[in-house]
Amino acid sequence: MAALCAEPPKGGFSFENCARDRHQAGQIPFPLARYITYKTTHHSIGWGECTHTQKNTNDNVHMDGVVLGADTRATEDTVVADKNCAKIHYLSDNIYCCGAGTAADTEMTTQLISAELELHRLNTGRIPRVGTANRLLKQMLFRYQGYIGAALVLGGVDTTGPSLYSIWPHGSTDKLPYVTMGSGSLAAMAVFEDGFKPDMTREEAMKLVRDAIAAGIFNDLGSGSNIDLCVITQGKVEYIRPHEIANQKGVKQGKYLYKRGTTGVLSTEVKKVEFDIIGTEIRRHQPMETQ
Amino acid sequence: MAFSDMMSYNSMKQPLQDYQAPNQLHFNPYDFNGGTILAIAGEDYALIATDTRLSQGFSIHSHDNPKTYPLSSKTVLGCCGFHGDVLTLTKVISARLQIFEKDHNKQMPTSSVAAMLSTILYYRRFFPYYTHNLVAGLDDDGKGCVYSFDPVGSYEREVFRAKGSASSMLQPLLDNQIGGKNQQGYVAQPLPLERCVTLVKDVFTSAAERDIYTGDSVQISIITKDGIKNERFPLRRD
Repeated sequence: MAALCAEPPKGGFSFENCARDRHQAGQIPFPLARYITYKTTHHSIGWGECTHTQKNTNDNVHMDGVVLGADTRATEDTVVADKNCAKIHYLSDNIYCCGAGTAADTEMTTQLISAELELHRLNTGRIPRVGTANRLLKQMLFRYQGYIGAALVLGGVDTTGPSLYSIWPHGSTDKLPYVTMGSGSLAAMAVFEDGFKPDMTREEAMKLVRDAIAAGIFNDLGSGSNIDLCVITQGKVEYIRPHEIANQKGVKQGKYLYKRGTTGVLSTEVKKVEFDIIGTEIRRHQPMETQ
Repeated sequence: MAFSDMMSYNSMKQPLQDYQAPNQLHFNPYDFNGGTILAIAGEDYALIATDTRLSQGFSIHSHDNPKTYPLSSKTVLGCCGFHGDVLTLTKVISARLQIFEKDHNKQMPTSSVAAMLSTILYYRRFFPYYTHNLVAGLDDDGKGCVYSFDPVGSYEREVFRAKGSASSMLQPLLDNQIGGKNQQGYVAQPLPLERCVTLVKDVFTSAAERDIYTGDSVQISIITKDGIKNERFPLRRD
């Protein structure tokens, strides 16, 4: 039987003493009891946000944010399956991810990585980094050798500032100031190449992304309907859905009400049902959302 | 082992590996450029409608390419599918109609146009024109008529018909609204032109909602004894 022995160091940086060091530097109060508890379970702890800000000029946005955009059409071959689907997925409070490709794959992949990021946040006590999400996504997609048909645009803001990645189904990734993915990516990239500037304001960036998505909607048959945007800045997320209804549903010219009795009645039977009134409630009729 | 030994060994003992098999390359001469056409025969009019989008794959070639072709003052052809074949077929038909007009000193009647189109299509039985065709016009009695064709020339006279990429969406609506299908106590009566035009706009609006190859606008051609009148109606552009 193997005797208990000390675990050899696994390499990498240990965060174990970060809290103590910060306490010694007088930055934060030092809760001794909690520290010991965490230490024994091999969790590192860290409080407070990193105050070091990085001016990031090579981004889809101004120095402190990213703008994600997507259309809302889902297709099955040549038929529109969903006229208003959500393609911007939540990964964590500071990271979102646009998905193109097989709907189930983008949905399940982002959900899985979202869960992994949350566990990582709980384990480390730190806000997850976009680079971490990128690494988790690409390693998963590479493992499946392209059979998971997810083409992703990953964006978020972390301690290093804002960053933006494109992730391909086979697992290769690009970290770039502006990226496009999906069937409308060429139309959208044409707009980016024309209009991108390194230091844009938030409004300029939103307008540029809107124009890029609109280009896809009107020139690519795989894209359509509305424009959704997601603006992520330090400590704040605005998920705007819809940002613009780019295509109004067609209005019918005629009336198509059927005369009473158009549907055949095969047999009728009237039964008396005993009932007690327990309560009453008036509800306004709500039409099904179809746009 | 010598190469010849290997070959004989393989041919005797082993199944042919795919890298050893003869390799046939395929040239696909067809494409599909989308588009929907629809024709309705009324009492004293015929109506034929088309969307104006021309596409290929996920791209749009043109927002303004109606797929109806006037053949005479009382006959219009609707033709969609592979645009290359549409161009060739319409060219062949125009030439044949011009020859007829010179020979007989009159325009070809709609029923004869339909019969001729059938033979033109069947002539290419084993390398067909990849086109879906409708002929709409007035017959010899001045009544509205519609002929529908399959790509190799089978045809029949009908009252209403949809062809092309959204035909499977339009046809059931026409069956119900004009044919009175699935309606108990439906009394068939002549369809007034105004209601017919409204119905056509609405079924195209519905098709543009769900079919990616149908959109931009719909062009409606109305054929009466006074000639052909065209009307445009906007559709979704996404």
